[in-house]
Amino acid sequence: MKELFVDIQRCAACKACEIACAVEHSTSKELFGAVSERPAPQKRVHVESARAYAYPVCCLHCGDAPCIATCPNGAMSRDADSGAVVVNEGRCLGCLMCAMVCPFGAISAHPAKRVAVKCDRCPDREKRGQQPACVDACPTHALQFGDEEDLMKEKRLSTAARVAQAVSGAAVVQQPGSTPLDTLRSLRGC
Amino acid sequence: MSREMMDRASQALQNRAEKLGIEIGLDRLESQQPQCGFGELGTCCRICYMGPCRIDPFATDGSSRGVCGATADVIVTRNLLREATGGTASHIGHARHVALTLREAIRGNAPYGIVDRGKLIAVAGGLGIATDGKSDTEIAEEVVAKALEDFARQDGEPGNWLKLHTPHKEFEMWRDLGLVVSNVHNEIEEAMHRTSGGNDADAVNLLLGTLRMGIADGVGLAMATDLQDIMFGTPQVCAVEANVGVLEAGRVNLAMHGHNPVLSEKILEWSAKLDGEARAAGADGINVVGVCCTGNELTMRHGVPMAGHNLQSELLIVTGAVDALVVDVQCIWPGDVKVAECFDTKVITTEANVKITGAMHVPFEAEHADEAAEKIVRVAIKAFVARKGKEVEIPQQKASALAGFSVEAILGVLSKIDPENPLKPVIDNIVAGNIYGAVGFAGCPNPKIRSSAMTETMAKELLANNVLVVATGCTAHILAQAGMMSPDATEQYCGEGLKAVLTALGGAAGLDGPLPPVWHMGSCVDNSRIVTLLAALADTLDVKISQLPVAGSAPELVAEKAISIGAWFLALGMTVHIAPAPHILGSPVATKVLTEDLEGITGGRAYVEYDPAKAAAGLVAHIAAKRAALGI
Repeated sequence: MKELFVDIQRCAACKACEIACAVEHSTSKELFGAVSERPAPQKRVHVESARAYAYPVCCLHCGDAPCIATCPNGAMSRDADSGAVVVNEGRCLGCLMCAMVCPFGAISAHPAKRVAVKCDRCPDREKRGQQPACVDACPTHALQFGDEEDLMKEKRLSTAARVAQAVSGAAVVQQPGSTPLDTLRSLRGC
Repeated sequence: MSREMMDRASQALQNRAEKLGIEIGLDRLESQQPQCGFGELGTCCRICYMGPCRIDPFATDGSSRGVCGATADVIVTRNLLREATGGTASHIGHARHVALTLREAIRGNAPYGIVDRGKLIAVAGGLGIATDGKSDTEIAEEVVAKALEDFARQDGEPGNWLKLHTPHKEFEMWRDLGLVVSNVHNEIEEAMHRTSGGNDADAVNLLLGTLRMGIADGVGLAMATDLQDIMFGTPQVCAVEANVGVLEAGRVNLAMHGHNPVLSEKILEWSAKLDGEARAAGADGINVVGVCCTGNELTMRHGVPMAGHNLQSELLIVTGAVDALVVDVQCIWPGDVKVAECFDTKVITTEANVKITGAMHVPFEAEHADEAAEKIVRVAIKAFVARKGKEVEIPQQKASALAGFSVEAILGVLSKIDPENPLKPVIDNIVAGNIYGAVGFAGCPNPKIRSSAMTETMAKELLANNVLVVATGCTAHILAQAGMMSPDATEQYCGEGLKAVLTALGGAAGLDGPLPPVWHMGSCVDNSRIVTLLAALADTLDVKISQLPVAGSAPELVAEKAISIGAWFLALGMTVHIAPAPHILGSPVATKVLTEDLEGITGGRAYVEYDPAKAAAGLVAHIAAKRAALGI
């Protein structure tokens, strides 16, 4: 299964991921149609703020998922093909035990239907070979999607480059604190 | 941001709103978090339909561009000029409205008159209008014609009010920089044109455009102040009270909110005329109170109580005791109407271009001002009858303050010390260091930083360093509520030098105690008064304004109007502190030019700092540098 990682340094809090998520989970699957649908399409990623930073909170599709374990009706399960943790709305009681035990706050209640709402990793897009809608929409690449090995490899290379810079004194990689967002964060005193 | 915000009165009303389940601005601010970084950095462009485009703030090599090829620098500087244009349009619209009202008044078509003949003669003299042998009406006709010419001329010659209020040295500087403004309406057109798709794409040129827009704003501010003084009187020092505690449960509370005294003056007049009706309805009379800048206008000229700044407008309604909130233009929250639905409070809009869904609308035109004002006051009395006997909660906090520090009032006090050269005592004390410098505060309360008491904390630090503070707009409400406009505050907050000067001035003014350490100089348009005073000081010393040991601050930036006022101050060569950061940080060019390079061009500089103590220290350091350069 591919992983969705967040680089909090890069999140500009524009909430493009939230909008793209709701549109992907609408009937029309396009913005202008989605905004007029009732009940309104629900987003499954929530950009929350902490100090001067913002972080898109989304289901991480845990290997040992407490939401699956705690569901009394078998509504929460792992999709055999994609490996994603998904809700079967027909079986969902709306008890929200899943939301209660989720360590991240990644599950919410549908306001009209009272069923659990959560990230399903955009199965329709996956069939077409596309990334999840939130990842595609992110203008700063704060949301990264790929095989765990690839994502970690990228981080390891970046670590190696940083160490290399430290020992060689060469300006190889960007220093933290050098982007406009960093300036804004430091002005806010965080 | 914190739920524990502001002063005790606001806190009590915030708690009451929470208890009653009423949503207020702070709740909405919380639900808006986090706010979009592209917006904050100014790098979102919605000007054309190939977009919207956003510039990746991490692509610091400039590789991220809009569809048309616009860089972050272009997008930010276009957006900034459009912000300034919104501000200037507000102020020149205000000035034009006042000019047209004066015209109809002197032609006998509107129930207003000339209250301050001295100011009329002074303004006419400044405009080069011969006054000998002419009636006031004839002079006023010519003054109005000169005013309207600034909205109409096509010959490119410098505007009348620009010449009237710009010191010689600054005028020369602007001429060399190509910043002399002729027709302020043309400036709006030019700016909207050059910032629309496919036009100006040079960041520095666009920044110069923003300075120009600031200069046009200054024309609007000065014209509004001058004509309002002529029509309604030039403020003199008067005692007032400030904060929510000025509401009275047993009276018809009529709160005026907005900016234009053409409305509020009439409401005040009719409230007095209909006092008997209010009493017949079971009230102990009518209590007109001021909110925001039209509140400041009434306070400066009539000592009307200052009920609150614009962040408190919803909270005032939450008391349940406001019978009518009567509004004209600018800074009026749609949220006020939603809160008012929970009470008997009537929100009454009056301008054709400022209606709010859910509010009552009573059209207010100068020609029929009496009829409209009479109707509005009656609506308030009726609302009081509906409200009478119901539970209200009015926090009792209020502070006493002295207001009314027009330039004329200040010079009036000073001339008691030195009738020949009234500014000499001030200059002598600046040279001696008793007045280390001066800082003018302007602008709004911003809920994002209100919890740090940004304005009050900065003012206290400055006063302790013998820096005199003057204030306009909603910062004046904040500082009045904090007790910093009372004579007692001089003893409490000022350094020894400033304390001695203010005590001497208080004696000269015939007061029992010292003058207050923070001088209320009026509404937002009255930032013109600050510039008039600085221009007089600079002229007396034969220096540029940029050489004076002074600075401006918009400590809690909210409005586009603060951007245009700030641009005027920057064009005049002043250092302008500002927080939160204007939407420029996405552009390296805008950031560098406005915070560094501009000092070598006009002498002005923008200075962003969120921490009140550091911001005050930064301004004191700036003043120290200016003093050193003057050799004092």
